[in-house]
Formats: sequence, structure tokens, C-alpha cells
Amino acid sequence: MSMAALRRLLLVAYTVLVFAFIFAPIVSTIVFSFNADRFPSLPWGGFSLQWYEAIFADATIQRGLINSLIVAGVTCVIATFLGFSAAYIDYRYRFLGKSVYLALAALPPTVPVVILGVALLTFEGRVGLSGTLQGIIVGHVVLSTPFAMALVRMRLADLDPDIERAAWNLGASPWATMFGVIVPFCTPAILAAIFLTAAVSFDEFMIAWFVSGVNETLPVRVLAMLQGQVSPRINAIGAIVFGVSITLVVLAQLLLGRMSGRAARKKG
Amino acid sequence: MSEPLPAPATGPTPLKATSRRATGARFAVFWGAPPVLWQAAFFLVPLGFLVAMTFWSVKSFRLTPDATLANWTFILNAGFFRNAYVYTFWLSALTALIASVAAFPAAYTLAYKVSPATRRFMIFMLVVPFFTSYPVRIYSTQIFFSPQGIINTVLVPLGLGPLQVLNTPTGTVVGYLVLTLPLVVLLQTFALANVPRILIEAAHNLGCGRLRTIGTVIIPSARIGLIVAGTFAFVLAFGDYVAPTYLGGSRPPTLSILIADQVKSGNNWPRASVVAVMMIMTLMVVMLVMIGLAYGRRKERA
Repeated sequence: MSMAALRRLLLVAYTVLVFAFIFAPIVSTIVFSFNADRFPSLPWGGFSLQWYEAIFADATIQRGLINSLIVAGVTCVIATFLGFSAAYIDYRYRFLGKSVYLALAALPPTVPVVILGVALLTFEGRVGLSGTLQGIIVGHVVLSTPFAMALVRMRLADLDPDIERAAWNLGASPWATMFGVIVPFCTPAILAAIFLTAAVSFDEFMIAWFVSGVNETLPVRVLAMLQGQVSPRINAIGAIVFGVSITLVVLAQLLLGRMSGRAARKKG
Repeated sequence: MSEPLPAPATGPTPLKATSRRATGARFAVFWGAPPVLWQAAFFLVPLGFLVAMTFWSVKSFRLTPDATLANWTFILNAGFFRNAYVYTFWLSALTALIASVAAFPAAYTLAYKVSPATRRFMIFMLVVPFFTSYPVRIYSTQIFFSPQGIINTVLVPLGLGPLQVLNTPTGTVVGYLVLTLPLVVLLQTFALANVPRILIEAAHNLGCGRLRTIGTVIIPSARIGLIVAGTFAFVLAFGDYVAPTYLGGSRPPTLSILIADQVKSGNNWPRASVVAVMMIMTLMVVMLVMIGLAYGRRKERA
């Protein structure tokens, strides 16, 4: 074997090892969610759906799932609207303090969620939002809006500003241009943003943990279960959450892939 | 890109122009105001509130607005805070270093040694962990390292175990790596893929060896991305609560554990706020220093 081939083999082997470290917890969650044994160890104790039956029979988990779906469903709509608006403002206008405006819109994910959680808890306690689903939604929108903004802004970068001007010159109002030109052009990015922000909200546990009170979301329930003893039910929940989130991300990815594919074809 | 708009070519009458401008202003406010209002109301105000609360006092279990420095002097002089601060900072820095070093060969492989289609697929794969419940991943890691877990069932017969990782700082770092490694590999891959190929080929043509090319051409060219990746690892680890709690066993506690304990059971929100504000200030300083490192010398050269 030549040196180059050997080197490549070693590098690829190392990369596989890194991916194994990253994916081992995910794969084992799914595998052991179907394991009949209580303690997940080798050898595998046989196929079973009992942990799934157990979580579907558990009222607190059901409530958590429903709460999570409500929170994610509302969050994704608000966050995508706000993210779209901020991206469009960035695309269309130039004004004093724009960098501050954009920083304010984009900054929240750089603040640790534990701090956002405490800040929202103390604040929401004063305005009567803490312990409600609305209180969780408020925090999740803050956290996920920047992701929606980034996706729409990337899409708008491919739109020639002259197209909008042409529409105005032909007498279209800004509103007509918005809904006749901008929104249709951004539709794939908007849908991708809806799926992505829903996934961010659906997985978020720290803000929800601080703010939720008795209205636990599913990840908060998982956190509470982690404090107890080993339970394969956590694997079953993890597998379901994984299924939901990945479906959302794959949908977002497909839309973005179609988008960039089209842009590449246009340029090429 | 977003230049001020030229006046429409077909000049409207002055009256129309005013009403048009009014429509334009209303339009701009409709789209521009909601994001900034939302983030101001639910991000800036709560953070400001957090800062204000560090000066409040707790009188007979009730929060009272105040202007006292007692919380600051208490926390900054408390041994448990100082220990937690040093411990959290050190472990996060260590994580950033380990993640950066461990990710590099993988990012190098993805950037240069695989086909573009494989690279795209692997990049997609690296996004997957962000949308997999992180507490569940930590739970799985906990099971792996438990005394009867998979790792020890393999190691003990070989005479290498049992490995004691759970409830130690090592466990915390392993958890931090579960959190940060995917992002670091991802960012490093982007950074390396953006290094102009022509520079690398030129180095090779001039007889520069592979390792030397990495050290003198690739790493300096990709410096910004590599530093950003390491900084993100630090920021994520510094704020994480799950790994130090469930893999590190909360002993010694990290800053995020102090906050959660003070808020969830201790009910001393002003003190928790002091810890939170210290964390934010630390992260701001770290990010400024890293930005300086990333962009600093480049300006001198230019």
C-alpha cells in the first residue's frame, strides 16, 4: 500500500471514530428503546415494545408531549414571522442603528440558556407569565427567531434588488410587491424556518425547565426522569423525540437543498 | 445591497408622493417593529431585570427592590463561588482545547479527503445531534460508563477496568464533548474547506511537506474559523447544566448548577443573578479576546 493510501485510510478511520463517539448515544437510545431488559447492557435482551406502551400509558408524559406540541406549534409561526421581518428589513433598508437592530435580533442564542431561563423566570414572575405555556413560548421565540432570520436572509441574498424596484416602477405598492414577489420567492426558506424553529422549540429544555412550573414540556419531563433511576422509558421518549425532530430537520433540509440547487442551476 | 431607493422613473405628482411615502413608512414599521419589540421586551428587558435584581435584597423570604451591594460582596467573597468559577472556566477551556484538537483530523478528512457528495452528507449528519434531545444523549452516555455498562463489560475482562468516569470531572468533560464536538467538527470543516486550494497546491509544489503545509498554510488561513469553533465549544460548555449534573454528579458544582440550585431550591434569586451576570461578563470578555485573536494580527499585516 502506498503512503498516501495508508494516510488516507488512517484519516478516514479516525473520522469514523469521531462520528462513532458523536452517534453512539443516539444509536443506543433507539436500539435500547426496543430492548426487553430493564438495564441496557450487552447482550441484548430481546425485542419489546413495553417501554413505548409504558410511556403512552403515562399521563404526565402525554401531557408533556401535548404541551411540547402546542409550544412548538405556536413558537414556529411567531418566530418565523419575526425572523422573516428582520431578514427583510436587513435586505431592504439601510438606517442608523441597523447593526444594533440586527445584533438584537441575532444575539439570543449566544447567551447560555440557563441565564435566559433565570432572566425570563424573574421577569415573567412579575408580569404573570411564569408557569404558563405562553411564558415558555415567549422564551422559545426569543431563542429561535435568529435561526429563521438566517434562513430567510440567505434566500433573500439570491434575490436581485432590482426585481423589487421594477415592481414598484410598474406601480405596485410595497404591500403588493411583498406578497406578489418577496413572499413567493422566500416560500421554501419560510417553510424551512417553520420546521427548524419548531425543532428548536421541541428540543429546548432549559428555558422550559425554569419557566414551565407545573406545565412541563416533554424535555422537562425527561430531565425530571433523569433524576430518578435508570429507566428505558427515557430511551423510548428519546427515540420518539428524535423521530419528530429529524423529520422536521429533513423537511427543512430538502427545501433548502431544492433552493440552493435551483440557485446553482441559475448561476451555472 | 440595500441601497436607498431611487425615485420611481415615472414621476408621480407631489400629492401622491407624500401619500406614497406615508404608505412606505407604515410598511417599514409593520415589518421592522415586531422583531425589535419582541426581542427588546422578552430578551433585553429580562436581562436588564436580571442585572437590576443583583442589587435587590431578600427580606424574610420576600424579594424587595433595593440598592444593596450585599449580594455582590457575598458571592464574590464566597469560597464556593470562587471554586465553582475556576472549576467551570478551567473545564470549559479544557473542553474547547480537546474538542479542537480531536476534531481537526476529522475536519481535515471531510474537507480534503472525501468526495463533495460524501462531505455534504457528513455535514448533514453533523447537524442531526443538535436536534436530538441532549439530556437523552447524556442519559445514554451515563449508561455507557456505568459500572455494569457496555464500556466496562468490554474493558473488565481485558483487565483494563473498571473505568470510573461517572461523578468525576472526567465525566463532565465527556458530556461537554458530547455537546460540543459535532459543532466543532462542523465549523472546522467549513473553515478548512474555505482555504483556497491554490495556496495548498502552491505549498506542495514548492516542496512543503504535508504536516508543514498544515502548520504554515492551512491553519493560519483557516485561523478565524478554527478560533470561532473553539470559542463556541467554550461558550456551550461554560453554560451547560446537564453534563456536570448527570455525568459529573454535581461535585464540584459548576456555575450553572449554582444558579439552578439557588433558583430552584434556595430561592435566593438575587444571588443567582449575580452568578448569572458574572457568567455573561466572562463570556463577553472571552469572546472579545477570541475575536481579537482571530482578526488581530491580520490587520497589522494588511
